[in-house]
Amino acid sequence: MSTQRDTELPILAVEGVSKSYGEQIGCADISFDLWPGEVLAIVGESGSGKTTLLNCLSAQLLPDRGRARYSMRADGLRDIYDMTEAERRFLMRTDWAFVHQNPRDGLRMTVSAGANVGERLMAIGQRHYGNIRASAVDWLEKVEVDAGRIDHSPRTFSGGMQQRLQIARNLVTGPRLVFMDEPTGGLDVSVQARLLDLIRGLVTRLQLSVIIVTHDLAVARLLAHRMMVMRNGHVVEEGLTDQVLDDPQHAYTQLLVSSVLQA
Amino acid sequence: MYVSVKGGEKAIDKAHELLAKERRGNPGVPEITTSQIAEQLTLAVDRVMSEGSLYDRELAALAVKQARGDLIEAIFLIRAYRTTMPRFGYSTPVETSRMAIRRRISATFKDLPGGQILGPTFDYTHRLLDFELEKENPADEDPPATRPEPVDGHTPRVLELLGNQGLMEPPDGACPHNGSDDDSIGDLTRQPLGFPADRDVRLQNLARGDEGFLLALGYSTQRGYGRNHPFAGEIRMGEVRVEFVPEELGFAIEIAEITLTECEMVTQFKGSKNVPPQFTRGYGLAFGHCERKTMSMALVDRALRADEFDEERVAPAQDEEFVLAHSDNIQATGFVEHLKLPHYVDFQSELELLRKMRAEIAKTHVEAAE
Amino acid sequence: MEREKAYNFAYLDEQTKRMIRRAILKAVAIPGYQVPFASREMPMPYGWGTGGVQVTASVLGQDDVLKVIDQGADDTTNAVSIRKFFKKTAGVETTTETGRASVIQTRHRVPEDELRPDQILVYQVPIPEPLRFLEPRETETRTMHALEEYGLMHVKLYEDISRHGHIATTYAYPVHVNARYMMDPSPIPKFDNPKLHRMAALQLFGAGREKRIYAVPPHTQVHSLDFDDHPFEVQKWDKACAICGAEDSFLDEIITDDAGGRMFVCSDTDYCNRQCEGVAK
Repeated sequence: MSTQRDTELPILAVEGVSKSYGEQIGCADISFDLWPGEVLAIVGESGSGKTTLLNCLSAQLLPDRGRARYSMRADGLRDIYDMTEAERRFLMRTDWAFVHQNPRDGLRMTVSAGANVGERLMAIGQRHYGNIRASAVDWLEKVEVDAGRIDHSPRTFSGGMQQRLQIARNLVTGPRLVFMDEPTGGLDVSVQARLLDLIRGLVTRLQLSVIIVTHDLAVARLLAHRMMVMRNGHVVEEGLTDQVLDDPQHAYTQLLVSSVLQA
Repeated sequence: MYVSVKGGEKAIDKAHELLAKERRGNPGVPEITTSQIAEQLTLAVDRVMSEGSLYDRELAALAVKQARGDLIEAIFLIRAYRTTMPRFGYSTPVETSRMAIRRRISATFKDLPGGQILGPTFDYTHRLLDFELEKENPADEDPPATRPEPVDGHTPRVLELLGNQGLMEPPDGACPHNGSDDDSIGDLTRQPLGFPADRDVRLQNLARGDEGFLLALGYSTQRGYGRNHPFAGEIRMGEVRVEFVPEELGFAIEIAEITLTECEMVTQFKGSKNVPPQFTRGYGLAFGHCERKTMSMALVDRALRADEFDEERVAPAQDEEFVLAHSDNIQATGFVEHLKLPHYVDFQSELELLRKMRAEIAKTHVEAAE
Repeated sequence: MEREKAYNFAYLDEQTKRMIRRAILKAVAIPGYQVPFASREMPMPYGWGTGGVQVTASVLGQDDVLKVIDQGADDTTNAVSIRKFFKKTAGVETTTETGRASVIQTRHRVPEDELRPDQILVYQVPIPEPLRFLEPRETETRTMHALEEYGLMHVKLYEDISRHGHIATTYAYPVHVNARYMMDPSPIPKFDNPKLHRMAALQLFGAGREKRIYAVPPHTQVHSLDFDDHPFEVQKWDKACAICGAEDSFLDEIITDDAGGRMFVCSDTDYCNRQCEGVAK
């Protein structure tokens, strides 16, 4: 698991991003660079500000301060907070992907699995039913969903299948940056393991850059090259995943790591 | 041979004749007069004025008569008449603290400046049919109850009393109708409803809204769908003066005296460690005597203010688009009842499709069998 | 009644008409865009054509000749009632002949005859928002229009094809106007959709309850949504009209007895009459 730095530019350059809710700090003064093909885990307990940060980074929430510059395919680094709503939405359905903890938040539950996968293709102008359907079949297979279920409602799918369908729906347009919010959160342990394995395979094969929020250090260990530990809205420690987990420097990280070991 | 249907015009004329006969009923029974309606079916007239958005007892009584007692139909007649009236301008805000009060109650204080006035209310009657009313009673010798004149003094409202002690949020709430550039008050009859709506427009929508719809929504907040812990801070009913400033005069003149019912709910308090807590409020106001309507309106007004107080919008009564888009009974009844209009063409299209799909399936079954 | 005389030409007061005309002008300038307008209470119920009536009242002049149809026919009750309304309040000449009319108000059909540049077709619209049944929130649909996020419309068509083998929308079939706005053509059968494309007459759409006016200016491109490999198609009948023999018109099905007997006749009664006269001559 080596971090690739063969390009000049990071894919996402974050500087001083802060967000408060009145007196309550959401996240404070967060800066980091994410490089192409790199997986960054943001870990912390609930209330640590990791979800606020993820929402800011994916521009679903506008921060009070700071900037986050994204490496556009065409015109280099641009601050996502300076973009128009139209540009941000366009990114969100082409070059970016967002995998929600609860697949129901990321899927359209009233239409078939095939339509769920095909929607982003239709949104960017594909108008050939046969091709859209072929892509859907291809992606269902990639995420290990039986292609025979393409016309079934996601409501008839198990939790693990729904989550894999959500991933297929997101990756069908070939995004470069994927945000994941506790993607294995609501699942049984055995289902989690299979899903993590699948995500790891896809990330490597497709050279995706990923920011993943999790409270589960095992998820970070398995997927992430690098990790940031958050507490009360601040990053208390960051570094290579193995380094942080095997030799935590900050007292809070030490506590987190030891509590996992005891459990 | 088949000839396509003709005679719609004749059918309509005949239908109108029948309708007129039905309205009149048995000609052996004296015809009801509009003044009887205006004097004796006062609450029906009040509702028609309120939801018809036009304060005119005579016209409302006429509408009730013409509509054969169907109040939504009567409201419809009034709305359609109102829309043709020339508009001179807007009155100055009426001052309900100067109301000539005929009824005033507070559920929050036993006694208060100005006192509690029970007034004409069904509240404490036993709901027993009064068969005396079946008989025609000779007119009472007593003169009709005289209504008090609007007062120049001031009967303070309960919520003002709480406000003076800092216990109540200001009347305009966290963001006074917070909208339009020139800070003017919105008017739904001149500007289409847009979302999100400001509170002024929301209140206008609710004041014109269907009593039954608001009642159900208000009730639902009490049953846990968007609870806001209401107390009936004050309900007052009586007469207020309406004043208008003609441009050429430049000062206010009194143009009318109207009956209003006003309800102010005291609701769920808000605050934090640093901001001292205050009660919040919901407001209801309508023409005539209509407590059920104004109380429901106040509950729904408060529910719709969820965003101001960072409350999660989860219940139907808190859903602005849902409430405001469906409150108007004239819109609702029109659209529901338009299903009576012919839909041959659309239905024909569906019929063709259905047959085609059935034929396709039949064909595949035959092929499968072969 | 004395008060009845107080009504202005074509019912609405001139200020209101000006307001509606401004909305119409804006609608013409932005084809397919839904312009909010302060719809008035009308003396007929919402859902019965109040939007169309307000638009007609605003464009109607003393010299206009008005035709009103419902389901293609001049003689359906609602068409009669609206025609009577304008006869009474505007005193304009009315007609059932498509060719003679300068303003045609319609519900659910487009006349079979080709319309001319000097004619205006006014549609009655119940639900103007083509995205409404996919997304109930006005705030969201407005954003979707602003950003041209129309992928969802094709999701609906995709679902039709995957379930039935073909697109199963038969009326109120969505169109893309001037390659910009997604528009509901009102609940006309999709049979009529091709007539909207580059029509010489001005097409105005009025939705009273929903308070929206939109327009398709003359000769504007109107594209019915489809897929490259599932192109848009209109309904076809294997029968001709039982009265006039027309083979190119939209046919209504008439149940003739209770033993399953049925026949097909033109929905456009004026067209049907003229076909008959043509045959007789």
